[in-house]
Amino acid sequence: MAQKTLIEAVTDALHHEMAQDDRVVVFGEDVGRKGGVFGATAGLQEAYGTERCFDTPLSECGIIGTAVGMAVYGMRPVAEIQFLDFIYPAFDQIVSEAAKMRYRSGGEYTCPLVIRSPYGGGIRGGHYHSQSSEAYFCHTPGLKVVVPSTPADTKGLLIASIRDEDPVMFLEPKRSYRSLKGEVPEGEHYVPLGVGRVAREGTDVTVVAYGAMVPIVEKAAEKAAELGKSVEIIDPRTLVPLDEELILESVRKTGRCVVVYEAPKTCGFGAEIAAIVAEKAIGHLEGPVVRVAGFDTPFPYSLEHLYMPDVRRVLKGIQRTFEW
Amino acid sequence: MTTSELLTIIEKDGRAAKGKDPNLSADDLRRLHRTMLAARILDERGLALQRQGRIGFYLQALGQEASHVGSAFAMRDSDWFFPAYRQPGIPILRGVSYDDIVCEWYGNDGDTSKGRQMPVHYSFRQANFVSISSPIGTQISQAAGAGMAARIRGDDTVFMTYFGDGGTSSNDFHSGLNFAGVFKAPVVFVCENNHWAISVPLKGQTASDSMAAKAHAYGMPGVRVDGNDVLAVYRVCKEAVERARKGEGPTLVETVTYRMGSHSSSDDASRYRDAEEYESWKQRDPIERFERYLENKKLFDPADKQALVDGIKAEINEAIKRAEARPRPALETLFEDVFMNPTPQLRAQRDELLALEGPESDDVGEFPL
Repeated sequence: MAQKTLIEAVTDALHHEMAQDDRVVVFGEDVGRKGGVFGATAGLQEAYGTERCFDTPLSECGIIGTAVGMAVYGMRPVAEIQFLDFIYPAFDQIVSEAAKMRYRSGGEYTCPLVIRSPYGGGIRGGHYHSQSSEAYFCHTPGLKVVVPSTPADTKGLLIASIRDEDPVMFLEPKRSYRSLKGEVPEGEHYVPLGVGRVAREGTDVTVVAYGAMVPIVEKAAEKAAELGKSVEIIDPRTLVPLDEELILESVRKTGRCVVVYEAPKTCGFGAEIAAIVAEKAIGHLEGPVVRVAGFDTPFPYSLEHLYMPDVRRVLKGIQRTFEW
Repeated sequence: MTTSELLTIIEKDGRAAKGKDPNLSADDLRRLHRTMLAARILDERGLALQRQGRIGFYLQALGQEASHVGSAFAMRDSDWFFPAYRQPGIPILRGVSYDDIVCEWYGNDGDTSKGRQMPVHYSFRQANFVSISSPIGTQISQAAGAGMAARIRGDDTVFMTYFGDGGTSSNDFHSGLNFAGVFKAPVVFVCENNHWAISVPLKGQTASDSMAAKAHAYGMPGVRVDGNDVLAVYRVCKEAVERARKGEGPTLVETVTYRMGSHSSSDDASRYRDAEEYESWKQRDPIERFERYLENKKLFDPADKQALVDGIKAEINEAIKRAEARPRPALETLFEDVFMNPTPQLRAQRDELLALEGPESDDVGEFPL
């Protein structure tokens, strides 16, 4: 197995799928000649030609609108939205069209497309290059939402997303693009959607985290261990469909639960996880379910380090579950 | 090639303008006539059923039959439509049964889209007629994308998409035409300029001289045609379809027509539109105009019309009778087709609903507009 960064794992997955299925086409702003502003599509145009990997006009609405038409016609489009913060002009096409196509046509037409987009903060990107808006998409029936946290999962989940028969929002933790390196299996590597993973085993408290929050929580877990608390980390990997059982199983074992996400706290996806735990595992809880999240402010620039959940805040959250 | 001229073929007396008659066969001409007539009768029945409280909602294409039937007639059966909600003649032209159409109005268990949408939001896969949605213009960029896909695959499929004058103000009009122009997608964009977007008149939608003029900025031809002249619409669209099929790229066709009815069964156009305008367009009725042409060609006798109308009406009424006898879709279909396979959460929600005891509540009211 090779050591790869998270972004190299994205490229690896795209190569793998483009090579084995000529319905897969990759497009978006600057993805062709330049290979993407982050380099995720580097080398694809050289390898598969300008018909299968190409630059589009600068229009998110157009990128997703055309992607929906391609998918309906039988292709497997993989569209890149340069930053998740720029996706809003395409919201109508995602929410009203891609997500509804199968349902509204009684299954006559389907929309198997993947929308890849880097999301999240911690890169000094300010308000328009840092948002974590996964909750909008999780709230839309008909969309799958995938957020990998490791290079290996990035490859395996992206391959599964491209082969999926339904539209998938594939949100890449850009903070981890180059900062995270790990073993990535060569060739075929498929990680099914809807199956979470135990990122760290523990016995005293469950911390649920996804994407770029996983490495932060891992660091916090080390600290907690020094303080005598054993943390179990659950990485759901896909938010829709969600592996509820894995989370509940862990909470039933530990009796405590913290949810960490970098989106604004109110109505964030962590609130959904907290609700599920309250609904289905309340008898096992020995303390409140605690959310450690971004604040309900627009994403800041200079004070970004205070906005983002960090080790200090995760530890504080863990502590609160014991103080009750 | 962009023009503000209006191509017309059928003149007032029913004769074709010199050298412009597309010379369709007698069978084709009869088929065009019958399809336009059927679309109109279907619309009359649909609105009547809504007024009688038998279906919840209806959208008519009254006065626009030549525009959509003439354009659609220029396509091959293997070509695709990305429709709006005012093209009832297209499914009829493509051989979709009245049963399939009427079952959608009722949202019953015979509806191809399983009762998932309001009336007139059809999906007919067998006719390459893509599922209709209500948000304005979204189908425009989708048609561009499908056209791009066909080009990549080397298929010779052509795509036709429809929208009104209101639709030209949408984001997707801009992005769809822009992408289609850049990628030379085989698409015919049909703007049915019916002069009204609910209550907003054409001049409230654009300051442009014409809709066709907008094509220029996207690097494609824009053609303006008399939308109440089925032969003129057919001729213009035939050329556009052939250009697309030869790989010469997209065309914007503006069919100048008029929405004779209200926006929908929930709207009353007499509240914002003057009767004079309506009367002047009534004189240009596309079906009567085509009948004068057919009469000249000895292909139609006004004395036979009532029998033709009665025959179509009887077929539609039979379909309505059958549709009314069918039940709603089964309860569990509520949870189908969200995804190919339901998630554990959807299965749990379905089971929760199935386990409920006691009578179902049917207190959902009527469409309130």
